[in-house]
Amino acid sequence: MNAMLENGIVVTVAGVLREYLMLLFGNQFLTDLIMKFIGLGALIGVILTAAIVFTYAERKVCALIQVRLGPNRVGGRFGLLQPFADMLKLMSKEDIIPAGCDRVVWALSPMLLFVPSALAYAFFPFDKGAVFADVNVGIFLLIAISSQAVLPFLMGGYASNSKYAMIGGMRTVAQMLSYEAPMVFSLLGIVMLTGSLKMSDIVAVQADNVWFVLLQPVAFVIFVITATAETNRTPFDLVEGESEIVAGAFSEYSGMRWALFFLAEYANLLAVSILTTTFFLGGWSGPVLPGVVWFGLKAVFMVFVFMWLRWTFPRTRIDQMLSLSWKVLLPLALVNVMCTGIGIYIYRLL
Amino acid sequence: MNDLLSLVHSLVNGGMDMAVEMGAPDLIQAGIFYALAGVAVLSALGVVLCRNVVHSALLLTASFIGVGCLYLYTAADFMGAVQFLVYGGAVAILIVMAIMLTRREDMAHSNPSRSLLHQAGAAIVAGGFLLTMALAALLSPFQEAPAALGDSVTGLADLMLTKYVLPFEVAAILLLVAMIGAIILAKGADEA
Repeated sequence: MNAMLENGIVVTVAGVLREYLMLLFGNQFLTDLIMKFIGLGALIGVILTAAIVFTYAERKVCALIQVRLGPNRVGGRFGLLQPFADMLKLMSKEDIIPAGCDRVVWALSPMLLFVPSALAYAFFPFDKGAVFADVNVGIFLLIAISSQAVLPFLMGGYASNSKYAMIGGMRTVAQMLSYEAPMVFSLLGIVMLTGSLKMSDIVAVQADNVWFVLLQPVAFVIFVITATAETNRTPFDLVEGESEIVAGAFSEYSGMRWALFFLAEYANLLAVSILTTTFFLGGWSGPVLPGVVWFGLKAVFMVFVFMWLRWTFPRTRIDQMLSLSWKVLLPLALVNVMCTGIGIYIYRLL
Repeated sequence: MNDLLSLVHSLVNGGMDMAVEMGAPDLIQAGIFYALAGVAVLSALGVVLCRNVVHSALLLTASFIGVGCLYLYTAADFMGAVQFLVYGGAVAILIVMAIMLTRREDMAHSNPSRSLLHQAGAAIVAGGFLLTMALAALLSPFQEAPAALGDSVTGLADLMLTKYVLPFEVAAILLLVAMIGAIILAKGADEA
């Protein structure tokens, strides 16, 4: 039990599993290899579970805010089987390929979109010592990888051979590129405070001192706003604004291909919630409860916040959205970086 | 039960030892390297050979990302991230978007191969470049980074912000000038 509190549940469980595998195979390398694959499987499991749970949660949160009941027929009073009914519906749908589309690019787009979303999970510190890839350029590589999600959107928009999809693709590029700049600069303050780009170091510093949301409140607000825009959720869902451009880049997709877009969207939602948790809310650190539970609670709370934002605010116009990014958030983020620098300097003098 | 376990152990360990003896680790490492290099080179080849210019642009992105993966694989993780962000993220999107905006009716034949003369000229230029790069790669004395430098970020940051701070700032000013120039070009001198 003591070891469990010392190392965190995830590491302890992994250690026990490793011992059993070692006993079974008696070879260090093979055990390490299998443990890597188990880690991969666990990450994929987290993503898929999140997608299933969030489709249900999104409806229930939406219903809560709009004073409705939400799903209440499939699977008992609370509609618990709704996601599975959705899944069956999606799988049995006809796969419609639009005429005159660029077949290969069109088919690749939803698959490629999922890759950066899933790759990002390799860098998340779920618990003390439970990071799949704790590289020393953690944050930077994470940003670099998640920036690759723009092109698949554009590919889908272009290849669908449809005006609405094309406009949606173009909007995605404008939106994601302009919100990436303030997002990166808002994270710079945290990197300066930590003195490291490593994800585990960022959490460790917060566990030893205070949560960064207290030291970097401006950066926290900027990050939450930009994260909403990066995940294309209301009030920044111009990319898929139903009343204007049908469903944007994925207007022409149906069935499982469309479901892949949805999977990527919910993987991104959980990803930005985990990022907010890791950067600002102290990650796995917290009293009494084990780390991974704290981590889960905080991440789920952030998911709720993002859903809350989505169902509370109306959609912005594209020009409002872009000028908010370049004229308000970016200067604010830069000022925040400068103030952080001065603050650190003064703190060192004291 | 114990007999079975020891049998499994001996089988696994024997197999592993044999694999190591046959040079499997080197083989796997080389295999991954050549697979990544193959992605980069083949998609670069596709850029030239594709008939559809949009496909060429997308393959160019694949080539960029392949090179980025090579950087990561050779432990230059900072370089890899920069490659992803700048080339895979920004440059690729700029190229693809520019091409898509100048969309033609017949996209399928938008990347025509030119006459033999053009091809010969391109071959000479590309061959000369390849030769120069190969010579540079073969003649430069590569050495392992000393451990005192720390990881790739710390070492790079120390050099860039102390010894080479002047070139670093000059490059920053150059980028700023280019950015202001682009804004003036796009908006017109009066409005900007």
